[in-house]
Amino acid sequence: MKILAIETSCDETSVSVLQDKKILSNIISSQLFHSEWGGVVPEIASREHIKNISIVCEEAIKTSGISKDEIELVCATSTPGLIGALLVGYSFAKSFALAKNIPFVPVNHIQAHLYSVFIENDFRFPFLGLIVSGGHTLLIQVDDFFKHKILGTTLDDAAGEAFDKGAKILGLGYPGGPIIDKLAKRGNKNFHSFPISKTESEFDFSFSGVKTSLLNYWNKQNKNSEQESVIKDVAASYQETISEMLFRKTIKAAEKFDIKTIGISGGVSANSRLREKFNSLSKSGYNILFPSLQYTIDNAAMIGFTGYLKFMNSENKNYFSTESFKEKPLARIEIKNF
Amino acid sequence: MNIKISNSEQETISLGTEFASQINLGEVIGFSGNLGSGKTHFIKGICEYFKVVDSVNSPTFLIVNEYSAVKDNFFFEVYHFDLYRIKNHNEIVNLGLDNYFKNNAVVLIEWIENADNLIIPDKLIKFSYGVNENERLIEFL
Repeated sequence: MKILAIETSCDETSVSVLQDKKILSNIISSQLFHSEWGGVVPEIASREHIKNISIVCEEAIKTSGISKDEIELVCATSTPGLIGALLVGYSFAKSFALAKNIPFVPVNHIQAHLYSVFIENDFRFPFLGLIVSGGHTLLIQVDDFFKHKILGTTLDDAAGEAFDKGAKILGLGYPGGPIIDKLAKRGNKNFHSFPISKTESEFDFSFSGVKTSLLNYWNKQNKNSEQESVIKDVAASYQETISEMLFRKTIKAAEKFDIKTIGISGGVSANSRLREKFNSLSKSGYNILFPSLQYTIDNAAMIGFTGYLKFMNSENKNYFSTESFKEKPLARIEIKNF
Repeated sequence: MNIKISNSEQETISLGTEFASQINLGEVIGFSGNLGSGKTHFIKGICEYFKVVDSVNSPTFLIVNEYSAVKDNFFFEVYHFDLYRIKNHNEIVNLGLDNYFKNNAVVLIEWIENADNLIIPDKLIKFSYGVNENERLIEFL
């Protein structure tokens, strides 16, 4: 089955073409326009997607080596995201499916991150999914295909946001995550101990405390010369705290529910310290799954992959030729219906 | 001008709940102030007052969170914006804010200072650091 998938939930316009679970192309606007626009951070605006979508789509189809007439299934991100941004990709995808009279699968962006760990790995159930990105921090138990339970979420800042704002406080620039990661490699992670936040519900996360603690600490190191000499150690300590919080709660859930497979996805899953911590569990009989870097950021390949799984695991495939066209995109995650 | 002092995240949340009774439907409330100065916690307090059950967290990356709210048995939406990542006028204009400014919604905008005066809030709240580590000054303008 040949699939066209569209993702426009936040900043990136992305289009992918798949043959069943195999990814034939995966084009992301900021990479496509990299040379043209000097690799700047993408514009934040729904209307940017309108400018990008046809170009990105054409490129994805060209790269895939198939013709657009061969497409048999269309998938698009339906939730969560900036509503104006979602609407662009959603309407584009729906129109494409309608014009060609082929099924349309709305895909939850969070579920797509969740299943992205299986793009290059065999399926294993049950598993625990930790989704960590600029906008999301979620711990999810998955018993089987599309049998999910959200165990915890962030109460304030997302993990990626904590990295980003931490970098901002330290005056390190953007994107904060990769800069801190790189700097931390040369730093002492035990240099300063930042507080590990406690939450009422045992699997929720909270990162605003560590951010504020960094701010207070850094403001006290007010002499530039002092800051200069310790910045890599502070970055390493800050990174250690955030990754430890993510690691600790995930392990606690894995032990409590006796789950041996853990999949970590989303942009922050690229963090090398986080990978190191989780990979160390392989020795204790855990299967640790990460997507490769191209599937960690927002991308359409994971949308197509998840849409295909959703279609194949559905008992009522007819739904996707009729009812699915009536579904509306939604800005927020519906935790109850997840 | 009215300034309140908070000494903890919990106090900031309570001040938000207290303030929320003064919000009218259809209003746009702006929040300014640096990282970690208490804007999101204050908004958590406002949302508590409006009985929001969705988790209220920072929309820095997503730009806006939408919550279902209720007051006096009247159901409405709260739009929680964060303009932290906004870099220029163009982005403000292209956000499509007109979709959100409605008579039957409450709009809360963090980092309103990044809107370059393109958005005039009905009420403005300024956050700043106090002398002590956890002290925050909350100024109602």
